[in-house]
Amino acid sequence: MSGMIIKGKTGDWEIVCGLEIHCQIISKSKIFSGASTHYGSDVNQNVSFVDAGMPGMLPVLNEECVRQAVKTGLGLNAKINKYSVFSRKNYFYADLPQGYQITQFEHPIVGEGFVKIELEDGTSKNIGIERLHIEQDAAKSIHDISPTKTFIDLNRSGVGLMEIVTKPDFRAPEEVGAFLRKLRSIVRYLGTCDGNMDEGSMRCDASISVRPAGSSELRERAEVKNVNSVKFAMQAVEFEAKRQVELYENGGEMRQQTCQFDQTTGQTKFLRFKEFSDDYRYFPEPDLPPLVLSDEFVEEIKRGMIELPDAKKERFVKELGLTPYDASVICENKEMAEFFEKAAKGHEAKKVANWLMGDFFAMLNEKHLSLEESPISAENLGNLVELVSKNVINGKTAKDVFAMMAETGEAPEKIVEERGLKQVTDSGAIEKVIDEVIAANADNVAAYRNGKTALMGWFVGQVMKASGGKANPGMVNQLLKQKLG
Amino acid sequence: MTVDTQTVKRVAALAKLKIDEDKVAATEAEFNKILQWVDQLKEVDTSNVEALVSVNENFLEMRRDEVTEGNQADAVLANAPQKEYGYFAVPKVIE
Amino acid sequence: MTDLTKLTIAEAREGLKKKEFTAVELAEDYIKSMEAKRALNAYVCETPEKALEQAKASQTKINAGQGGDLEGIPLGIKDLFCTRGIATTACAKILQGFVPPYESTVTSKLLAAGANFLGKLNMDEFAMGGSNETSAFGPAVNPWSKDKPLVAGGSSGGSGAAVAAEMCAAATGTDTGGSIRQPAAFCGVTGIKPTYGRCSRYGIIAFASSLDQAGPIAKDVRDCAIMLKTMAGHDAKDATSAKEAVPDFEKVLGGDLRGLRVGLPKEYRADGLEAEVAAYWDKAAAMLKDQGAEVVDIALPHTQYALPTYYIIAPAEASSNLARYDGVRYGNRVDGEHLEDMYVNTRTAGFGAEVKRRIMIGTYVLSAGYYDAYYVKAQKVRRLIRNDFVEAFKQCDAILTPTAPTAAFAIGDENMKNNPINMWLNDMFTVAVSLAGLPALSLPIGLNKNGLPLGMQIIGRAFDEETVFKTAFVLEKQAGFKGVK
Repeated sequence: MSGMIIKGKTGDWEIVCGLEIHCQIISKSKIFSGASTHYGSDVNQNVSFVDAGMPGMLPVLNEECVRQAVKTGLGLNAKINKYSVFSRKNYFYADLPQGYQITQFEHPIVGEGFVKIELEDGTSKNIGIERLHIEQDAAKSIHDISPTKTFIDLNRSGVGLMEIVTKPDFRAPEEVGAFLRKLRSIVRYLGTCDGNMDEGSMRCDASISVRPAGSSELRERAEVKNVNSVKFAMQAVEFEAKRQVELYENGGEMRQQTCQFDQTTGQTKFLRFKEFSDDYRYFPEPDLPPLVLSDEFVEEIKRGMIELPDAKKERFVKELGLTPYDASVICENKEMAEFFEKAAKGHEAKKVANWLMGDFFAMLNEKHLSLEESPISAENLGNLVELVSKNVINGKTAKDVFAMMAETGEAPEKIVEERGLKQVTDSGAIEKVIDEVIAANADNVAAYRNGKTALMGWFVGQVMKASGGKANPGMVNQLLKQKLG
Repeated sequence: MTVDTQTVKRVAALAKLKIDEDKVAATEAEFNKILQWVDQLKEVDTSNVEALVSVNENFLEMRRDEVTEGNQADAVLANAPQKEYGYFAVPKVIE
Repeated sequence: MTDLTKLTIAEAREGLKKKEFTAVELAEDYIKSMEAKRALNAYVCETPEKALEQAKASQTKINAGQGGDLEGIPLGIKDLFCTRGIATTACAKILQGFVPPYESTVTSKLLAAGANFLGKLNMDEFAMGGSNETSAFGPAVNPWSKDKPLVAGGSSGGSGAAVAAEMCAAATGTDTGGSIRQPAAFCGVTGIKPTYGRCSRYGIIAFASSLDQAGPIAKDVRDCAIMLKTMAGHDAKDATSAKEAVPDFEKVLGGDLRGLRVGLPKEYRADGLEAEVAAYWDKAAAMLKDQGAEVVDIALPHTQYALPTYYIIAPAEASSNLARYDGVRYGNRVDGEHLEDMYVNTRTAGFGAEVKRRIMIGTYVLSAGYYDAYYVKAQKVRRLIRNDFVEAFKQCDAILTPTAPTAAFAIGDENMKNNPINMWLNDMFTVAVSLAGLPALSLPIGLNKNGLPLGMQIIGRAFDEETVFKTAFVLEKQAGFKGVK
């Protein structure tokens, strides 16, 4: 059981939570018009007359948005519906130019699926996907320029969105966090959404209720709108669940409501009750006939599907011998996984992973560099590991070589060669150094021979130092033992 | 089916229309007359009939993902009743 | 030179080609006529300078032996078509002052074919009405009016009146439930609503998207054929526009009707049908039989349900289509303290009574709890109505019915004013065809005892406008109807 139990005065409570995630589709143009989706353009410049809801304007569906939705659906292990229908969701709002949003209602393009999440305790869990549908994004209202007016920028109006609805399968904030990270990783792998929650290209609404632990009832829920980071989503779920427990335990009654998350306090804030559920008057969009996907269309997308994080991770564990933890860390990011595979090619993968997750990550962090900006190429990292494996350099020298690679970007072989860092494996040469050390430290030799065997480490250190760090530590150990008797 | 005063007001609110208090009764009466008239559809047996959404029998055609429009903020804003700094301006939105 | 406004398009085309007169002279005569007959209130916006400028350009082309199918032909455009740089209001107060920065596909095609536009024509507000009395500019007057002003029909009342009074060579119209055919019948001219999807709806202000269709109103059948050929065709900007090739409709005109089966639906002998209309119907059937057609009785069993079905579906779509008139981006705003007040003030002041009535009905039938009982039910009956036609067309190739149950009535008719349903009953012979998406043409058959024209409707199979034109051309010749000259 990975669920979070909230201890109350009256007993244990559990969380029931489902998510709705809006993902902006990566496409050049909008879902129903030829205007650009570019983020950050001048006000009202990426607007077609369709996006502005001008009289007589009609929507025309962008093929790429459909392809991206199908791709994402496949990534969510979900059923692709070859027949889907666009509907109008009718409501008035300043940022909704047509007075309705074109979305999918009864017949979404993607049906049920699931996403596997890994939890800290090493277990995993499948989160059910209810559906994925495509729709148009709203424009942006700006409330803080004028005290008496709201300003509207239509640039975002009509950008394609995928709305992903999960089943109410979440029992803990940790699961919500793991899911959002996994979903973000999937859409980024697929290139269907950039997953940037802080820019609003991935937005999350959470539906939260609580119930006595072990019960199967579904109680009234609160919908927390627009939580724009993984951390905030986890905070919101935890705060809201605890708030509801407290409410119930104090004899209060929970009513279906909409809340907002306050980032500064980490609390949810009541917005309005949903007693009369919003009457959106959905009906089939008469401007768009039903969308029917051909088998070839879907097959072509299937053929083009790349390996997703779960499959990659499994392969890294099975074929490359990585620990599940290392594999999932490396696979969260597609570029990282690709970098790793390139580096590990022909070398000891597990050791490459250790380098990657240790010194390599630390180096990037310290230098504030992204993976693409790394001075050390994947090939060079692999070759460094190879030099150690082949006993060309020892582990300590490798650390030094790594530091030089980070500075110069040079290949490890070149550094080792030019600076004469190859480790000494000639037993005659090592013996000579050992003899010198023994001769210079008669006291310690005597102590050792009298049973103070812990001094072995000190002798190894002295020999390594005298060899300039280049002696093979294994050989030093062995020869020392022989000579000290 | 008949509608009551509350329904008439709710429908008007959904449609963002205001009906003057002295016109509500007349509107309600007319509404009911029309509903009564369309209620004759109940006579028709549609138990095995699929709804006809469109007479159009072709399926949806899609367009290629190309940017073909834009950089026309002036034209987009040309008819705006109120605009400021390149934005459409409306009275303050209250939640 | 005699008055060039007497000429049909076909005649004017010949005259221009033979250099009997110039395009500018033709435009000037129509401009004179337009200005002389302003009392008919057919035009709501006159653009004589533009028409003359276009006529000059046309003449240059004609002189060079070039030019399109409508080179130099002066047309009137229903105010529902968006025309770039020319006010387009759908004769609605809420769209006062709106100047579209784009051109509808149909008017683009007409311009490309060389036509020039005299101005925008009167119509019912947002095409909702059967008498042109809901226009924000007041009703167009029927040129056949005797002692008291009669309605020109609606919604394309301005188009009917302008063509009948020779204020343009032909006009565009739109038809959702009879809006081309009924005014054509009332004004003694010819109009065709083509198959749904024949003409692009791009740039035509939407009333009911699944029903709206553009078509011409012209002086005779041949002119309708000439106009429709230019107006029709697939348009990538309208997802509901049909891909079927557009035939040269003019080519089918002429010849007898041997082998043609003409159906007479018995259900159209309804209660409200005037005896005179019924008599003309019989007479028309006899004329067709005379010309070799076989006349057969057919059944359209769900006819009586067409009107209530239409008055659920059309208002439902309209309620959503008209949501964009919110005072934010264009049109007539009535301010308020907050956005919500502005919406309500703008829409309450900007829409007329009939439009509000339909928005209310449409909103209601789509709202939670009523959607299945009304909207879905109506869509099911719509299928039955369409199936009626499919069955009927197994026994015949064209269907002959009256266009309207009566001739034009008086402006301000009490019976119509007191009960909106009475006004709607005018559409009893036209709405079923619209619900089925079929092509139908109305042509004048003769005058009633009060000297007012009556129209006959010829309905064809989907995308078989050719049979409709061919049949109508024969009937036109037999009826020998002479317009207001």
